[in-house]
Amino acid sequence: MSNPDPAASASVKKVVDARKLSLVFGEGESAVHALNDVDLAIEDGEFVSFIGPSGCGKTTLMRVIADLEKPTGGEIMVHGGTPEQARIDRAYGYVFQAPALYPWRTVRRNALLPLELMGMDKALREERVAKYLRLVGLEGFEKKFPWQLSGGMQQRVSIARALGFEPDLLLMDEPFGALDEITRDHLNEQLIHLWQETGKTVIFVTHSIPEAVFLSTKIVVMSPRPGRINKIINCSPPPDRTLDWRETNDFLEVAHEVREALRAGHSYDDQGA
Amino acid sequence: MTDTAITSPGVSWISRLKDSRVGPVSFMILVIMVIWYAGAVYLNAPRVIEQFERSKVQWTASHLMDKTWSMERPILPAPHQVVVELNETIFQKKITSKRSLVFHAWITTSSTLLGFTMGSILGILLAAGIVHVRTLDRSLMPWIIASQTIPILAIAPMIVVVLGNLGLTGVIPKAIISMYLCFFPVAIGMVKGLRSPDPLQMDLMRTYSASTSQIFWKLRWPSSVPFLFASLKVAVAISLVGAIVGELPTGAVAGLGARLLAGSYYGQTVQIWSALVGASVLGMALVFSIGLIEKVTLKAMGAKS
Repeated sequence: MSNPDPAASASVKKVVDARKLSLVFGEGESAVHALNDVDLAIEDGEFVSFIGPSGCGKTTLMRVIADLEKPTGGEIMVHGGTPEQARIDRAYGYVFQAPALYPWRTVRRNALLPLELMGMDKALREERVAKYLRLVGLEGFEKKFPWQLSGGMQQRVSIARALGFEPDLLLMDEPFGALDEITRDHLNEQLIHLWQETGKTVIFVTHSIPEAVFLSTKIVVMSPRPGRINKIINCSPPPDRTLDWRETNDFLEVAHEVREALRAGHSYDDQGA
Repeated sequence: MTDTAITSPGVSWISRLKDSRVGPVSFMILVIMVIWYAGAVYLNAPRVIEQFERSKVQWTASHLMDKTWSMERPILPAPHQVVVELNETIFQKKITSKRSLVFHAWITTSSTLLGFTMGSILGILLAAGIVHVRTLDRSLMPWIIASQTIPILAIAPMIVVVLGNLGLTGVIPKAIISMYLCFFPVAIGMVKGLRSPDPLQMDLMRTYSASTSQIFWKLRWPSSVPFLFASLKVAVAISLVGAIVGELPTGAVAGLGARLLAGSYYGQTVQIWSALVGASVLGMALVFSIGLIEKVTLKAMGAKS
């Protein structure tokens, strides 16, 4: 979205720009510091992963970017404006942990949903849906209802749905967390292709180290109590990588660095608390 | 259920009967019949015995049964007497005749359906209001619940009198009594139904910055459809009760309620029972129709069949 506001033009290249961001749920004794002093800049076209144990605030941070939660302190800009403005401008597509498909809609009509809400021209929206269902490999499944598909296929529908209105920013909150490893590997490969073809900025929440290393150009390592960023690791995986790349030394080095950063944030201590 | 029985010819009819619903249902009917006939003997016997003794005839048990099952104004008529009466008033009379049960049933059905339609719409509107407006949630709910604690038999004559004064007579007062009863389950069911979308589905709508009305029509309304049908089944049955109750104080000359009232004036117990049977069959037919519409609708909405 073009933003004529001159004050925002300095940070216009940054898709997300957070400074001293914090979010506290509740008050007093029972207050939970979900995010504490988070500084983060994400540039156009990056593939950024948030990784950390449960409760480190990675999903919360993503929800703040999406304007599904309001921060209690600090500043955040999305596309040079407020997150709310970005949401109203429909600047991002959100893929949730679960497919969140509407069970009474067929695959095609699920993918059509956002386009209907945006009042897009009928012929155009059919064309878009056909295009993105093909892109996620679901051609021929248009008339199926969600329950007739496997979990991986359902999640692919939800990705097609998020791509349909062609947002510049794709927010993915553990999209493959509930899937088996084989399906997950396959979808990871597909996602890399998709990212390279569309050139979108992707923010990806995960708690899998191999997944984060395989996908990302930037890995944001977070730790809990209070939720904060521990380390930001920039990496440059080969663009034409396949799953085999995960057995190379480059991959293992980055994975080791991520693990060290998690350990430094005491992420492996008292997990149950 | 019956699939296995059809595909494997070796299965005996006994197990097929056990698998289907025919077995249990006919067994229950048999039990009811036995109790009913026995009850007819027990309740009608004192008067029959009195008659026997007055006319000083010798009587046997089979004599007694014959008599108790064929009285003109029994305390409890035997099932076959009701069947004969039903046959006469349904099949042997023209349906436009005042003596036809079909005619009376239609009168009641028309106010039932009108009341049911109005009540369902009212219930849905109230639920939509409650779900969207916080103040309505707090202020309306107690009144809705209180409305159902007032016995309908007490309030029905008031409604008839007040509406009569306003010049509304005939089907309208009965439909309003019907509506008064049936909006309740619809409102309660729909509040739950409209709130049934899970947080993720709601968040999704928020990420699309969907408007309240878009959220209602694209998410809340379709999610509530299963709840709606569950409520409608209850609602249609009680709207029938409402319509019948509504016919009692109106001094109506037609309708199943009028039929019940006239029957009790003249001690025509057979007529009362046949009207009761008529009313319950009508009730079942109404619930069944809703069930049928439900099945078709949910199938079109992708329910697993």
